[in-house]
Amino acid sequence: MLLVAAPALLPVFSLTLLGKFICFAIVAVGIGLAWGRGGMLTLGQGVFFGLGAYIMAMHMKLADAALFGGSGVPDFMLLYGSGTVPGWWEPFRSPVVTVLAVVLVPGLVALVLGLAIFKRRVKGAYFAILSQALAAAFAVLLIGQQATTGGSNGLSGFRSFFGLDLADPANKRMLYLAAAVLLLAVVAASRQLVHSRFGELLVAVRDQEERVRFLGYDPATVKTAVYVLAAVMAGMAGALFVPLVGIISPADVGVTPSIAFLIGVAIGGRATILGPVLGALGVAIAQTSLASTFPSFWVYFQGLLFVLVIGFLPGGLASLPAVLGKLRRRRRSAGSGTASGPAGTPAASGSIPKEIPL
Amino acid sequence: MDTSGDSVKVGFLNSLSGTMAISESTVFDSLSLAAEEINAGGGVLGKQLEVISEDGASEPTKFAERAGKLIQQDCTAAVFGGWTSSSRKAMLPVFEANNSLLFYPVQYEGLESSENIFYTGATTNQQIIPALDYLAEQGTKSIFLVGSDYVFPRTANKIINAYAEAHGMEIVGEEYTPLGSTEFSTIVNKVRDSGADAVFNTLNGDSNVAFFRQYKSVGLTADAMPVVSVSIAEEEVPGIGVENIEGQLTAWDYYQTLDTPANTAFVTAFKDKYGADRVTSDPMEAAYTSLYLWKAMVEKAGSFEVDKVQDAADGVSFEAPEGTVTVNGENNHITKTPRIGRITPDGLIETVWEAPEAVEPDPYLETYDWAAGLS
Repeated sequence: MLLVAAPALLPVFSLTLLGKFICFAIVAVGIGLAWGRGGMLTLGQGVFFGLGAYIMAMHMKLADAALFGGSGVPDFMLLYGSGTVPGWWEPFRSPVVTVLAVVLVPGLVALVLGLAIFKRRVKGAYFAILSQALAAAFAVLLIGQQATTGGSNGLSGFRSFFGLDLADPANKRMLYLAAAVLLLAVVAASRQLVHSRFGELLVAVRDQEERVRFLGYDPATVKTAVYVLAAVMAGMAGALFVPLVGIISPADVGVTPSIAFLIGVAIGGRATILGPVLGALGVAIAQTSLASTFPSFWVYFQGLLFVLVIGFLPGGLASLPAVLGKLRRRRRSAGSGTASGPAGTPAASGSIPKEIPL
Repeated sequence: MDTSGDSVKVGFLNSLSGTMAISESTVFDSLSLAAEEINAGGGVLGKQLEVISEDGASEPTKFAERAGKLIQQDCTAAVFGGWTSSSRKAMLPVFEANNSLLFYPVQYEGLESSENIFYTGATTNQQIIPALDYLAEQGTKSIFLVGSDYVFPRTANKIINAYAEAHGMEIVGEEYTPLGSTEFSTIVNKVRDSGADAVFNTLNGDSNVAFFRQYKSVGLTADAMPVVSVSIAEEEVPGIGVENIEGQLTAWDYYQTLDTPANTAFVTAFKDKYGADRVTSDPMEAAYTSLYLWKAMVEKAGSFEVDKVQDAADGVSFEAPEGTVTVNGENNHITKTPRIGRITPDGLIETVWEAPEAVEPDPYLETYDWAAGLS
C-alpha cells in the first residue's frame, strides 16, 4: 500500500530512486525462488537483467533517433560505429517485438542454459561459478562492441518512452507505478507458486534431489522452470530500469551487480516471499543514505552484515523472530528443568536446512 | 537553484569508493582547495560556497542518480566532477534535461560538446595530436598501440591510425586488454618483436603497473623504444614504481614542475593543506581551474542563472597553474597548452616539449584535413 501511495508523498527525484530499487526487488523475488526455494545459487542474474535492459534501451534509442535524430541512427553509432544500424537491432524498432523480447529472450536464454546445466546434473558450487562466469563474459562482450552496444559507456540519453516524454514528471510517476504494480504482480505470482504442489516439489528438489528423482520426477525440469521464471523477472525489471534510471551500461550487468542482487535476498531471508523484497529495498535504501555520508565505510558495513547473516542467521532477517522465539523457549525450558522441546519437529516447507545449499 | 541566502550551493561529484576512488579523490581534494580559497577571498558574488559532496562510487548509474540529487534535491548552482567517459555520458542527459551545469576536469576522447557541460580537461587535439606531432618530430616511423578496452583508447587509436596514414607512419600493432587486466607477457613480447620506434599507451589504472614491469623485464628501455602514456600523471608514478617507468614520456597540459607563479602558489597551497608528500597532476589542476572558471563566468554574468552563465562563458579566462586558459563558447572547451613530459628519477615529470602557444579546442577535429572521415 505504501508503495502505491508513494507518488503522492515523494518528490520526483526520490520517487525515481524508489522505482529503481523496486526493479532490484523484482530481481530479488526471482532469486528468492531460484535460490531460497530451489537451492540454485545464481550469481549471474545480471545477464538476464541486462538482456531485458539492453533490449528496451535499443528500442528507446531507435525510437529517439526516429523522432529527433532525422537520420534514424542512434547518436553513438554515428560517432563510434559505421553510421548505419546493424541488422540485429532492426527488430527492436517495433514496440510489440520489444515488449515480447523483454520477456522471451531472457526466458529462452535461461531455458537453453537451464537444460544444458541441470540435465547434466551440474549443481551446487559448480552451478554458482558457471552463472558468475556468464555474467563476467556478458559484460566483456558488451564492452568489446563499442560500435553496436555503446561499449563501456552503455546506452543512455533517452528522451522518450513509447512516445511519452521522459522529462515530464507525470510520466516518471507513471513509470514508478508500473514498477510498483509489476513488483506486486511478481510477488503474487511467487506466492501462488510457493503454495502450489509445484512449490512443494521445488523445495523437495532443493533438499533431497535424489529422492525426488526416485519418485519419478525429473529435478532438471523443475529447476529449469524456476530458473526461467527468475530470468524473466530479472528481464522485466531490467526493461523498467532503463526508462527510470536513464542509462544501462556493462557496469550494471556484470559480476558485482549480480552479487549485489543477492545480498538483499540473503539478508532479507531467501526462502520467504517478502524477505527478498524487503531485503533488496532495505539494502538499496540504506546504501543510498549511508553511502553519501560514509562512502568507503558502506562497503565494509554491507560485507559485515552479509557475513553475519550467512554465518549466524542463514534464514535471513525474516527468520529472526523464529530464531529468537526458539532461543527463548530453550532458555525457559532449561530454567524450569523440564525436558527440552519436541525433538524432530517436521521442517516447515519454507525453512532452510542447516547446511547452506551452495 | 537556491541563491536567496548568504551562501550558494555547489556540488562535487567524484568517486570516493570503488576502483576509481584512488584517482578521483585527488580531484575532490583540489576542488575542495579551490572552494576554500574562493570562500576565503569573499566567495562568488558575495556569497560563500557551500559544498555538497556526493560519491559516484565508480558506477555510471550512480553518477546519473547522484547528479539528479545534486540538481533537484540540493538545488546546486553547478556540479564539478566525473572522470571516466562512461560517467560523463551517464550524467550528460541529466544535466541537459534539468538545464544545469557540469564542469568535467579530465582529458577525454572528444567528439562531444554539450551546452550544459564545460570541459576543462584536454580534448584530443590538445593531447593526442601534439604527442603524435612530437613523435613525428623525433623521427618516429612506426608505432605500436596498447590500450584498455573502452571508449577512450578505441577512439584515440582511431585518430592515431588516421594521423599515421596521413603522415607516413606505420602502425605495427594494436592491442587491447580488459580494464584492470594485469597479464601483459604476450603483448609485451609482440611489442618487442614488432621493432616499433615507439609505443603509444592508452592503458588505464592498475594495468599500467603490470605493463611497465613486464616491459622492463623483457629488456625494453625508454631509450630503445619509448612509451608515450596519456593516462599516467604524477599521482600514478609511485604505484608503477619510478624504477620501472623512469625516462618514459607522457602527454598532458600540466605538470607539477611547471614554473609559473600561479602553479607555485597552487602547489604550495595544496601541500600546505594535504601534506608535503602529496603531488599535483593534470586532472587535479583542471578541476581546480574549473571552479575558478565558473566563478569568473558567474561574475561576468552577474548572476548564478544557468542561461546567463552560458551566455557569459565565451572568452572568460583564468590565470591557471598551466598558464592562461580561455573558454571557447562554441564548444564549451578551453584553450590549453600541450606539453610532452619525461618521468624523472624523483617521480615527477619534467617538460621536454611545449606547444609555442595555447591550442584552441577542437573536439570534432574539424580543422584537420586528415581527420575528415573520423566523425
